[in-house]
Amino acid sequence: MGSQGGFYQSKEFLDLVKSIGEARSKAEEDRIVLNEIETLKRRISEPDIPKRKMKEYIIRLVYVEMLGHDASFGYIHAVKMTHDDSLLVKRTGYLAVTLFLNEDHDLIILIVNTIQKDLKSDNFLVVCAALNAVSKLINEETIPAVLPQVVELLAHPKEAVRKKAIMALHRFYQKSPSSVSHLVSNFRKRLCDNDPGVMGATLCPLFDLITRDVNSYKDLVISFVSILKQVVERRVPKAYDYHQMPAPFIQIKLLKILALLGSGDKQSSAKMYTVVGDIFRKCDSSSNIGNAILYECICCVSSIYPNPKLLESAADVISRFLKSDSHNLKYMGVDALGRLIKISPEIAEQHQLAVIDCLEDPDDTLKRKTFELLYKMTKSTNVEVIVDRMIDYMISINDNHYKTEIASRCVELAEQFAPSNRWFIQTMNKVFEHAGDLVNIKVAHNLMRLIAEGFGEDDDTADSQLRSSAVESYLCILGEPKLPSVFLQVICWVLGEYGTTDGKFSASYIIGKLCDVAEAYSNDETVKAYAVTALMKIHTFEIAAGRKVDMLPECQSLMEELLASHSTDLQQRAYELQAVIGLDAHAVACIMPSDASCEDIEVDKGLSFLNGYIQESIEKGAQPYIPESERSGMLNISNFRSQDHHEASSHGLRFEAYELPKPIVQSKIPPASLASTELVPVPEKMYPRESYQTTVPSVSSDAGPSELKLRLDGVQMKWGRPTFSPATSTSNSTISQKTVNGITQVDGASTANSRTRETYDSRKPQVEISPEKKKLAASLFGGSSKTEKRAATGHKISKSSSHMVEKSHVPKSSMEVASEKTPPVQQPLDLLDLGEPTVTSTVPSVDPFKQLEGLVDTTQVASAVNHGLTAAAKSPDIMALYSETPADGDLLSGVLNPSMTNMPGGTTTRQSMPRSKGPNPKDSLEKDALVRQMGVTPASQNPNLFKDLLG
Amino acid sequence: MIHFVLLISRQGKVRLTKWYSTYTQKERTKVIRELSGVILTRGPKLCNFVEWRGFKVVYKRYASLYFCMCIDQDDNELEILEIIHHYVEILDRYFGSVCELDLIFNFHKAYYILDEILIAGELQESSKKTVARLIAAQDSLVETAKEQASSISNIIAQATK
Repeated sequence: MGSQGGFYQSKEFLDLVKSIGEARSKAEEDRIVLNEIETLKRRISEPDIPKRKMKEYIIRLVYVEMLGHDASFGYIHAVKMTHDDSLLVKRTGYLAVTLFLNEDHDLIILIVNTIQKDLKSDNFLVVCAALNAVSKLINEETIPAVLPQVVELLAHPKEAVRKKAIMALHRFYQKSPSSVSHLVSNFRKRLCDNDPGVMGATLCPLFDLITRDVNSYKDLVISFVSILKQVVERRVPKAYDYHQMPAPFIQIKLLKILALLGSGDKQSSAKMYTVVGDIFRKCDSSSNIGNAILYECICCVSSIYPNPKLLESAADVISRFLKSDSHNLKYMGVDALGRLIKISPEIAEQHQLAVIDCLEDPDDTLKRKTFELLYKMTKSTNVEVIVDRMIDYMISINDNHYKTEIASRCVELAEQFAPSNRWFIQTMNKVFEHAGDLVNIKVAHNLMRLIAEGFGEDDDTADSQLRSSAVESYLCILGEPKLPSVFLQVICWVLGEYGTTDGKFSASYIIGKLCDVAEAYSNDETVKAYAVTALMKIHTFEIAAGRKVDMLPECQSLMEELLASHSTDLQQRAYELQAVIGLDAHAVACIMPSDASCEDIEVDKGLSFLNGYIQESIEKGAQPYIPESERSGMLNISNFRSQDHHEASSHGLRFEAYELPKPIVQSKIPPASLASTELVPVPEKMYPRESYQTTVPSVSSDAGPSELKLRLDGVQMKWGRPTFSPATSTSNSTISQKTVNGITQVDGASTANSRTRETYDSRKPQVEISPEKKKLAASLFGGSSKTEKRAATGHKISKSSSHMVEKSHVPKSSMEVASEKTPPVQQPLDLLDLGEPTVTSTVPSVDPFKQLEGLVDTTQVASAVNHGLTAAAKSPDIMALYSETPADGDLLSGVLNPSMTNMPGGTTTRQSMPRSKGPNPKDSLEKDALVRQMGVTPASQNPNLFKDLLG
Repeated sequence: MIHFVLLISRQGKVRLTKWYSTYTQKERTKVIRELSGVILTRGPKLCNFVEWRGFKVVYKRYASLYFCMCIDQDDNELEILEIIHHYVEILDRYFGSVCELDLIFNFHKAYYILDEILIAGELQESSKKTVARLIAAQDSLVETAKEQASSISNIIAQATK
C-alpha cells in the first residue's frame, strides 16, 4: 500500500501542522491555533466554497479541536457535510461530527434524518459510515428513530455492516437496556454468524446481557464452550491469528463470558473445565497476547466452581508471572494472586517473597496493586504490618483519589482486625492526621463512639486507659500546625468528655487548649461548635465536682465573640455555656453527668413528670384534658393536624394545660432547646416512658453520640467480632477458627515455606534472603523465619491446644519485631549493612533487581516530590516538557536506535535533515523527499518524527 | 470498555484523541494534562499501566509516541496492550512503516482506521486483513473521486462502490 496516505492537503494546512510542530511552548501553540481559528471562522462562512476546500476546513477544525480548542462555530458545517451526496465528503462529515458532538448535543437532531437515509443506502460504505455515527451520536431519545433500520441491517449481506449493526445495538443497550430487550434472540442468532468477525462482535452485547442476568443464558454455555474449542483448535480463518495465537481477542471475550456463566454453578462449570485446561496447556506464555489469555484463564478459573487441576495450572502461571522480570507480568501476577487467594489461600505463602519484592518496588502501579492484594489477605495476625505499610505509603503520595481509597481501606482493616485499643487509636490518629479531610465523617463518629463505649467488655480500667491514652495523644497532636477538620472534631469531643477524667491534666489546661483550637480554626464553624460544647462539659464537670472554676480570659473573649456570632448555632452554644456556668453543682450534675455519652436516650413523650402539677391544677378547678379522639365538637378530619398547632389556641382547655409548664422547663434545663436545632434523630428515638430528666444527659452530651446512634447498625457487627478483643483473645479466637484444619494447616504453611525456600535456593544458590524481608514475610504470611520455625517445632510434641496458643504467640512477637523495624525496611540496602555484612556483598551482585531497588529508591522519592510540584503547578510542567524537547529527542533516538549510526547516512545528510529510519531507509527517504517537495520540513530538530513506530 | 484513546508525543503534544465516554472540552484538556504528566515521566522499565481516578490507563510507547487507552477497573490490561499493538500494526501496514510524521499529517486517516477497530469503546474487529480491506475500499473511492473529480459527477462515484 506504500505511502498511499501521502500528503495531498493544501500547503496552508501543512504549514499549520508544521508550525504547531515547531512551537516551543504551549503558549506559542495556543497563539497559532487561535490565529487558525480566526482564519477558519472567516473562510468557512464564505459562500460557495468548493467541496474539497470545505472538506479540508473541516479537517482543520478537527485538528484545532483535538488540540483542545473550541471549534464549535464550525460544528454546523460538519453537520451539513454529512448531508452531502458524495461519500467522500460525507465520510469526512461523519468523522467530524463523531469527534465534535456528544450524544446530548442539540445538533444531533439535524443528523438523525441523514443517518436514517444513509442506513438505507445501497453502498455498504455509506451504511458503515452511518453506523459509525450511530454508535457515537444516537442517544436514548433518538434510538427509536433508527432502531428498526439497524435491526434490519443485521441481515445485511456484507459482514462489515452486520458487525457494525451489532455494535450499534450494543451501544443502544448500554444507553437504554429496555430499548433492545426484545432483540436478545437476534444476538443469539448472530452468535452463529459464519463470519468470525460478526460472531466476535456479538460477544460484546452478550457479555453485557449476561452480566445483568446470568440465568437466562445458561443454555448458551455449550455453544460458548464449543466456539472456544474451535478457536483454540485453530478452526477460525488464519486472518484472525494474532502473533501466532488463534483469535486471541475472541478467546478472551469468551473466557470472560464463561467466568460469568460458571460462577457458583457446578454443572455449567464442569462443561468448561476441559477447554480451559486445553488453553492452559496450549497457550504460548512467551508472547504478551499469550499471557493476556492465560491471565483471563486465571480470572475464569477463580470465578467458576473450583477445580483442583485448573487451580494448580493457574497457580503455576501465577508463579511464572511473579518470577518474571517484566513489571507488567508481575502486576498481572499480583492481581491474579488476589483473585485466586479467595479460593486457595495457601498459595499466597508460596509467593511471599515475590510479593514483598513487589511491595518495595519503585513502580507505583505495582505497589498499589500489591497493597490491594495485601488488603484482600489481611487477617488479625498480620493487620498491624499491613496497615502500617499502607499508612506509610498513604503519607508518601499526593494523589487524593488514591489517598482516599487507601485511607478508607486502612480504617476498614483497623476496625475489623485491630489487635488492641491503643493500636487502633494510634492508627486512626495517623489516618486522620494525614488524610483527614478525605475520610468519611462516619469514621470520625465511629472513633468517638469507640472511645466512649470502650470495647464492650466489663474491664473498665482498660477503657479508661484507652481514654487517657487518647487524651494524651490528642493533646500532643494539637501542637501540629494544620489539622483536618474531622480530626479536630474528634479531638474536641474527646477532650471535652474525658480531658479531665483521670485528673492528669488540669481543667484550665484543657480549656486553654480548646480555646486555642477555636481560635486557630476560627473559620471552621463545626470545629468551633465542638470546641464550645467541650468547654461547656469541662466547666460543668468541674462545677459538679465542687471545684471553683474561673473563666480564663481567653475563654471569656471567645465567649464574647461567639455570643455575637453570625451562626445561630454557635451563639446558642455560647449562651448555653454561660447559663450552665451560673448554675449550682447539683443542677449541673443533672444536666451534664460525667461520662454519660453512652447512656440511652429516653424521651418521655407523655410528660409524666408533670402529673403532680396537673393534679394540683385540676384540684384547683381546671378542666381535665380530653384526648383528641374523644373530642366531639372539633373533630374535623381536614384540619385535624393544624388543630394541634395553631387553631388549637381557640381550644382554651388544652392550651392552658401546656402553656404554663413551659417556662419552667426552659429555665431549668436550657440545653433542651438544643434538641430542636441539631438533634434531629432524637424524635425517632422517643419512647413514651420514664421521666423527662433522662433526656437531659443525652442533650448535654453533645451532638456526637446522638449522631453516632444513627450509625450503629452495620458497624456494630464488625466490632462485635471476637477477633477484635485485645491480644491474647485475638490469637486464640483466630486459631480456634482454624482448628477445623487444625495443625495440618499450620504445618502445611511452614512446609510450604521451606519448600519455596528450597526452590529459591536452587534458583540462585548464593542468595541469602535478607532477614528483614523474611521477617516481613513472616509477619505478613504467618511465618517462615527461622527463629519462628524453631519455636514452633520445639513445642510440637505438646498437645494441640497448647501448640496452638504457642504458635499464635510466635507470629505476634515476630510481628512486633517487624513492625518496629518497618521504617528501616524501606531502605533495604542500609539495613543489610547493619544486619549481616556477608549478605550485603552477595545480594546485590546476584540479584540485580535488588540493586535497582536500592538505586531507584531515592530517585523515587525525588520523583514523588516532583509529582507534588507538578500537581501544584501543572501548566508549567507541560511547558517544561516542551522546552526540553530537542536535546531530549536526539539523545533518546540515539539510545533507542543504535543501528542508526551504522546506517549509510551519507546520502541523506545533504539537507542536514537528521533521519533515523531504521529498518526501511528507502521508504523514509521517499517520505522525506515528499515532505521537501511540499516545501515543509516539519520539526527538523526532531528526528523522532521520522522514526518507525514499530522499528 | 475503553473510555478514550490518546496519542501523545514524548514532548506532550497531542497527536490524536478519541473519546468514547462523554467528557467536556474542559475535562478533556484536564485529562490530557494530568495523564501526560503521569505517563511521560514514567521510567522505561515500569509497568505499562497507571491507575488513575478509579480507572486504569494502559499505555505503550512506540518510538517517541505514546499510545494510551483508559479502561475500567476489571478489564484485562494485557489485552488492551495488544489492542494498542494491533492498531499500530495496522497503521504500519497502511502507511508502510509508519512514523509519527505520518500520523501528524494524516491524523484523519488514523481516525478512520481506529473507527474500523474500535466502536463505542469495544474492539469490533480483530482481523488485520478485514480492517485493511475496508480501509482500502474506502480509499479506492477517494482515489477514483480524485481522478474523476473535475469531469464526472458524484453520482457516478457512488455507483462504483
